[in-house]
Amino acid sequence: MNESTYSFARVKAVLAKEFIQMRRDRLTFAMMVGIPIVQLLLFGYAINTDPRHLPTLVEMGDSGPATRAVVQAMQTSGYFDVQGTATAGEADEALGSGKAVFVLTVPPNFERDLARGEMPQLMLDVDASDPVAAGAGAGAMPGIVQQALKPFAKTEAPAVETVIHRRFNPAARTAVNIVPGLLGIILTMTMVLMTAVALTRETERGTLETLLTSPAQPLEVMLGKITPYIFVGFVQVMVMLAGARFLFAVPFSGNPLAFAAAVSLFILVNLSIGFFFSTIARTQMQAMQMTFFMFLPSILLSGFMFPFYGMPGWAQVIGQVLPTTHFIRAVRGVMLKGAGFGEVWGNLWPLSIILLVVATLALLRYRRTLD
Amino acid sequence: MNPLGPRENVIDVQGLTKKFGAKTVVDGFSMQVPKGAIYGFLGPNGSGKTTTIRMMCGLLRPDGGGGTALGYDIITQSREIKARVGYMTQRFSLYEDLTVTENLAFVARLHDLDDAKRVIDEALQEYELAPRANQLAGQLSGGWKQRMALAAASLHQPQLLLLDEPTAGVDPKARRDFWEHIRGRADAGVTVLVSTHYMDEAVQCDFITFIAYGKKLIDAPSADIPRAVGLHTLRIEGPNLHEVYRQLKGARGVDQVARFGSSLHVSGRDKSALDRAVAPYRERPGMDVLAAKTGLEEAFIYLMGGAEDNFK
Repeated sequence: MNESTYSFARVKAVLAKEFIQMRRDRLTFAMMVGIPIVQLLLFGYAINTDPRHLPTLVEMGDSGPATRAVVQAMQTSGYFDVQGTATAGEADEALGSGKAVFVLTVPPNFERDLARGEMPQLMLDVDASDPVAAGAGAGAMPGIVQQALKPFAKTEAPAVETVIHRRFNPAARTAVNIVPGLLGIILTMTMVLMTAVALTRETERGTLETLLTSPAQPLEVMLGKITPYIFVGFVQVMVMLAGARFLFAVPFSGNPLAFAAAVSLFILVNLSIGFFFSTIARTQMQAMQMTFFMFLPSILLSGFMFPFYGMPGWAQVIGQVLPTTHFIRAVRGVMLKGAGFGEVWGNLWPLSIILLVVATLALLRYRRTLD
Repeated sequence: MNPLGPRENVIDVQGLTKKFGAKTVVDGFSMQVPKGAIYGFLGPNGSGKTTTIRMMCGLLRPDGGGGTALGYDIITQSREIKARVGYMTQRFSLYEDLTVTENLAFVARLHDLDDAKRVIDEALQEYELAPRANQLAGQLSGGWKQRMALAAASLHQPQLLLLDEPTAGVDPKARRDFWEHIRGRADAGVTVLVSTHYMDEAVQCDFITFIAYGKKLIDAPSADIPRAVGLHTLRIEGPNLHEVYRQLKGARGVDQVARFGSSLHVSGRDKSALDRAVAPYRERPGMDVLAAKTGLEEAFIYLMGGAEDNFK
């Protein structure tokens, strides 16, 4: 027996026990191994603050060799992904709903005016709600135009003016973009976590038995447990909106009803995700870990922190499955771009599908846990 | 509305079977509990007591068998049963972060009781919980927690109480008090099914069912159990009993040796074989071999040992 004050054997005893427990707790183990790998992949591959190939539409007021040369040059520059032509109305809607980041307007008689040296204007409308995403393309545009039109010019520098029109966030303030996104992130975090933990707590502490042995129906229990958190979610939204308005002067230019619809849907989606997690997790700790797994991609791949179109295809696919992605688009649309139901609809239906799928899974699993 | 006739059994189940995966936890369990009885439910840990209780009140769907509780079908009418049964779970299942009154009020509302306030006040009086009414449940001692749980399970005046090891980990004084409350319920006409590991509690039951490894081994009025098991018992007193214990354990004619305080109880089914096995110790200086009555405890230890041999 070793009675000296410190013994390495005792340290080793604790150490060995710790490793055994680490290995048994699969979720913690998955977190320790998974999080570095996921972070590495996301930050290394998915995140690109200088995004290229952003969706672009062209409003053709004229056509001809010079116009084609400009469009061609935009495409080869890598900043733009010219997806087709559009009328003025269509182009506006595409910008508002986020389907296009750039719209190039070629004025009528552009070819003629250019040939005569009458300084025609090419206008590039930019969705500047995310200043980071659109900044590089917008900055490079004048140079691209100059380069493309050189062969058509009589003088050394082509007589053309490139007008950059930053829409929705003319001052390019990042707060304007971040604050509405933060709404999505905070709701994701708190709603999923609170429901998952609140329901798992009943299992962990054994109080679920009281509910099961009572005549209360599963649906009654579910409604009673979830309703308070819907309320909490709306309070959070109110606080955030007030902060956005009075601290950061973020505009709110769209339809409040469309906003309310998106918020309600998103809160429900997150509550059912939390409910789903609670049917899998046996302890509150596990529920927290699962929430974290969900939270990480929601921050990185939803377009909240980094431009969505800057990510490679696979990351965009993952992003499309995340409810936060659609919610952030809807909220930015309403607050910054003045969107109404028409523009937001494209984000509401994916949220509805996610809600339907997750809620069904959760209820199916919940029934099984009863037995 | 109670479909139960006056002379019918409160619980009447046949052939209850439950499997979890490949493991059969309860195997062909049948039981009849008459109205107003205190029925003891005994068996080693993991013998399927809790699973059986849960099947009997409609919480778990049996894989085989069926029957009625309070006249309702345990498979198709679990809601009717839940509304009329008071079930006290093995693990404390009320809210530690609510006060005693809040817990009782919550349970009363779950049962949608009309006069909840009066019912709660009466329960606080009857179970002497009034002085602790505003304490958090988590701050109560084990005995008081269980008393509150019994009060909660009785709020809706159930005709049948299912108590799953209600006194596990409770000190002897609190256990006695708790049993007095069970008696009180039974005197009021409530049928009680109670699982326990304590022999002093088993003795208080009118009937006892003993199950092990999912099978029922015995089911009889508690006074008849020692005789039904068919054991003869001798008591040995004297020095070095541990050595005697080791020699007698497994000896011919000895089915069981159990230590009771400062004496050994040696039991066997064959009286003459038992006498022969014990004979050498009668001669030892300072050692006494005396006739003894087979008690419930010997009977159960014997049943448990036999069950292990049969099933392992």
